[in-house]
Amino acid sequence: MYKFRQTLARVYAYTFILYLLIPLGIMGAAAFNDNKTPSIVPWKGFTWRWFDALWADDTMWHAFQNTIFVAIAASALAVLVGTSAAILINSISGKLRTTLYGLMISTLLIPGAVIGISTMIMWTKIGNGIHSDFILFKPGLHLSVLGQVSYIAAMVMLLVLARLQSFDEGLEEAALDLGASHNQVMRRILLPHLYPAIGAGAAVAFFQSIENYNVTQFTRGGANTLTVYVFSKVRSGITPTINALALMLMIVTLALAVVYEIKRRSRARVEAAREAEARRAAALEEAF
Amino acid sequence: MGDMFRRYGKSATFIICLITAFWLLMLVILPNVTLLESSFRPLLPVTEIGGPNDQYTFANYLKVFNGSIDTTLMGIPVHIPVHVLTFTLTLFYSVVVTLLCFVLAYPLSYFMAKIISPKSLPTMFLLLFVPLWVSEVLRAFAWWIILALKGPLSSLLVWLHLIDQPIRWISGYNGVLIGLVYTYVLFMIFPVYNAMSSLDSNQIEAAEDLGSPWWRTHLRIVLPHCKPGIASGAVMVFMLSAGSLLVPTILGSTTSQWFTQTIQQWMFDALDWNTAAAYAFLLLLMCTLFVSLVMRLFRVKLADIAK
Repeated sequence: MYKFRQTLARVYAYTFILYLLIPLGIMGAAAFNDNKTPSIVPWKGFTWRWFDALWADDTMWHAFQNTIFVAIAASALAVLVGTSAAILINSISGKLRTTLYGLMISTLLIPGAVIGISTMIMWTKIGNGIHSDFILFKPGLHLSVLGQVSYIAAMVMLLVLARLQSFDEGLEEAALDLGASHNQVMRRILLPHLYPAIGAGAAVAFFQSIENYNVTQFTRGGANTLTVYVFSKVRSGITPTINALALMLMIVTLALAVVYEIKRRSRARVEAAREAEARRAAALEEAF
Repeated sequence: MGDMFRRYGKSATFIICLITAFWLLMLVILPNVTLLESSFRPLLPVTEIGGPNDQYTFANYLKVFNGSIDTTLMGIPVHIPVHVLTFTLTLFYSVVVTLLCFVLAYPLSYFMAKIISPKSLPTMFLLLFVPLWVSEVLRAFAWWIILALKGPLSSLLVWLHLIDQPIRWISGYNGVLIGLVYTYVLFMIFPVYNAMSSLDSNQIEAAEDLGSPWWRTHLRIVLPHCKPGIASGAVMVFMLSAGSLLVPTILGSTTSQWFTQTIQQWMFDALDWNTAAAYAFLLLLMCTLFVSLVMRLFRVKLADIAK
């Protein structure tokens, strides 16, 4: 009976994986179907022409460019803000810490539409209030960046804060005692320890920004990002060009994921080897 | 704070505080305060803004009660304002999505935490992460293809002689439900898995040795242990579903309307930002109430939820 239940769980897990992957497979396969509407039935023969159409689609390339700019800006800002916030949270305590921390993570629970509308209304109101025509106060992708940062920064903050838990503050004390300047403590000791978390935070922020639709939709003005562009294509005249785009995006992300995984495994191997070495050394020391 | 002063010096501390203050004030608190303030203002032509007619009013919120229609809610005929209906249905279906996600995620999380060999776990994670990295709009689009009237699903079932006519799958809220569950189920799996993997397997074995049937082991040992994870997953899935705009628009039918779509119509079709603000605030209220309810039910803190 126990074995049977285990097998059942295994079958369920594999079915679930199929459930997750088959829709993506169908979407990718439809990119090669020589049929005006994107589908895999009826199959009218293999073609590359949707990829050619995608290549020639200038609006798409423009939207792609915008997406990359927004993602770079949003992740740079989110990393800056998230890291500062984590350092601040880590060095305060008591009620103030609880309040600030609660406020920070509550940004993760605000619906994107609300963030988008509130960002849009506030900045345009400031613009109206001071009678300024400055670009910052008009709807546009810069407001999308600010809106996105408001919650992505919290994700970076959580990652960096987790890393800070394993930080030995004695190192900073030692550096200060040995005459290091404040600047050096920050640059040589604290930040290097945080780099892995900052890197992971930047990656998460980048992906979150590319994916974002709700905030962008309400703040973008007339500008397009890739997600907005794909969405408008799905709504209006749709051709398998979108499938070609989807397939390429999936291949890129999958490749990145595999590279990351291979790197992670090799790093884990190196660390395991180091640990074994240390254990052997300790054992030797004890023996003598 | 004094600690920071001593370690990083005056200027660095000042900059760190300044950046954090910019985030919390300019990107979080002030926008939301402005949102609330705007929601009480009437829609006026530009020349009249700040004039005698620019008084605070509840009118924007009361618009929810305009335009009643006759419909049936779970078999009961009711006479209900359109936007109240949309709001109620959004709330209802978001809860349904959350429950469905939990039912789907629980066995898988258990499998990953307790049954699968640790060696194949990274591969499992990699496979689960793939759809997470494909953007939401594409995931909804994939289901749009599958559920089309003459799409793959209908064709397959016809070919298997299970049905003899293609079925219109996207009707009512069906498409939205399918799309939302597919898109957000992963946000339930990871927290529940995390909670479950911290459970000592010996406890399960002890229960089994003492003769507990499998369902009681789950009910009394595994489920209670997972409470923080379930709470966290439920909050995430509910919030994302209720706030989703892409999935309800792509997979919605002519008879389905999501509250975010109503907000968007006020914003871009009616160009009435103040009413959009009022409606957005209602959405925020719905999510906040749900979060507090879950926190109370599961007896967890906000810090446990957002991990």
